[in-house]
Amino acid sequence: MTPDDLDFAILRALSANADQSTKQLGQKLGLSQPATWRRIKRLQDAGVIAGRRLELDAEKVGFGVTVFLGVKLATKGRVSLEDFERAIGAIPEVQTVDHVLGLYDYRLRVVARDLADFERVLRRRIMTMPGVGDVEANVLLSEERRPGPI
Amino acid sequence: MLDDVDRRLLRLLQADPTRGVPDLADATGLTPARITRRLDRLREDRILKSSHAVINWAALGYAVSVSLRITLDKTVSRAFDEFITAARQVPEVIEIQTFLGRIDVRLSLIAKDLPDYQRIYREQVLTLPHIADIEALMTVASVKSDESLPL
Repeated sequence: MTPDDLDFAILRALSANADQSTKQLGQKLGLSQPATWRRIKRLQDAGVIAGRRLELDAEKVGFGVTVFLGVKLATKGRVSLEDFERAIGAIPEVQTVDHVLGLYDYRLRVVARDLADFERVLRRRIMTMPGVGDVEANVLLSEERRPGPI
Repeated sequence: MLDDVDRRLLRLLQADPTRGVPDLADATGLTPARITRRLDRLREDRILKSSHAVINWAALGYAVSVSLRITLDKTVSRAFDEFITAARQVPEVIEIQTFLGRIDVRLSLIAKDLPDYQRIYREQVLTLPHIADIEALMTVASVKSDESLPL
């Protein structure tokens, strides 16, 4: 699909806050509720809106530390990437796994209660995984999401 | 502090933020009134915030996604602030994170294709202030991206 300006306005509004009703959203954009609903449906069907993410205050629910890990595989060719991805993705503290090209093979986002808890996750669950070589950790201090080119 | 009921509600909502109170009542066996009270309190305490639509940039024609790992020139006292203020002006930057570690800042950048990426990188990224070093990781595939917390 080729989204028009109104579609982009809907995307901007929903990526800022997806809890507003189609009625509220339509009023802001000068669209009727059914027209707004149809446009959202079309954006979902085209896969442009991939889902919804709930924002929780990680610190208030007990996860005070977020760490980004760059992981290099030590034995490329000998360890199956699928197995590695499945195993690493199954660790509950691992929030995101990206297969990347460059200095590292994978980028992971890991949450933990505190630094001691992070050390436990790193040593017992991540470093023990077959194939894991070099690991670089960077502790997240601040984060902001931008609306993007829409 | 959260109790088990809070955690359960947050887990359910995290898995599917569109779930309404009646649905949560069915799933937990709690009364709708009790759930509403709990959710109101979680919102008041700013534990439960809003939900956001997740945009699939590839579906909008942005096929390239790059993670730029940047170290800044820390001899300049306002390096972080000035760098971040300038990075916010680049529309293709969708995430800005600061770190304690080997790198200082990470930018998530999207582009339509490699020539587009090259243009943005040369004209808008390399011109950002106070960069000491920059490394790029190109995303091949996103294996897991739900970002849910293990409540």
